[in-house]
Amino acid sequence: MDKLTALTPLGARSARVDNIGALEIREVVDQAMVSVAARLGQVDLTKETTTAKLGLVLPDVGQSTVAPPFAAFWMGPDQWMVSAAHNAHELLAAEVKSALGSVVSVVEQTDGWCRFDVSGETVCDLFERLCNAPVRQMAPGAVTRSSVEHVGAFVWRLNAENIAVIAPRSSAKSLHHALIAATTSIA
Amino acid sequence: MIINHPLLGPRDAQEFTYLGDAALINRPDWTSENALREFHDYLHLRDNPAGEHRELWFHEQGDRSWLVVTRNTVTHEISKVELACDVARASGRSTGRDEGQVA
Repeated sequence: MDKLTALTPLGARSARVDNIGALEIREVVDQAMVSVAARLGQVDLTKETTTAKLGLVLPDVGQSTVAPPFAAFWMGPDQWMVSAAHNAHELLAAEVKSALGSVVSVVEQTDGWCRFDVSGETVCDLFERLCNAPVRQMAPGAVTRSSVEHVGAFVWRLNAENIAVIAPRSSAKSLHHALIAATTSIA
Repeated sequence: MIINHPLLGPRDAQEFTYLGDAALINRPDWTSENALREFHDYLHLRDNPAGEHRELWFHEQGDRSWLVVTRNTVTHEISKVELACDVARASGRSTGRDEGQVA
């Protein structure tokens, strides 16, 4: 059998890290992701089951929650993205589906997205140049889907100086280019 | 133009795409005797009001929800924004079960 080598969304063998000015842009490849969607009329049951089986409170509109080993953020009405460390939870979709059963629809998302964590004290200066999301008003934990240089992306305020941006994997280079260009312009 | 999303608050109109008249929610009953006529009208006939208009917008670069936006086509003033699923349910269009019921 052919030996296949896993590549990062940017097409390399290891995750890219760029340090420009006060900011660090780090390609994140160690997270497994699944979407969890409540079926029609079963939102409350979905939340109760997820709390009971995974110990994870599914967050309200525009918010995220962290309950190790899981984290979740709100994607849209009755729908959430759940993530966990890839090395320990590579089969996250099967794990979540078997825990939650027929209450929810679970879809594997891991290889559908790219993620960059941007950190540094000027992180808000960067994102206010790149997207509509009101990053300065977003408290730690807030998530919003926005358009980052024409790429639809989730913008997730992890803490005061750290923002994660999650976009379709096929747009990884476009997003990375946008991040590098805007970071360079404010460096 | 700013659309005041019922869940997310004020969002720029560039995040949305426009579909058309919110009357599209009221799809005719295909078993009706006049189904052919009703589907013809549903598909082809639109009012084009100068004034208040209820229309469907999709939050494509956001949470992907469908909205019913009541907008004045003359002034662009938006007087009301609702989730389309709420509008559909309120008019008896939804076949979904009530919250809490389990199959």
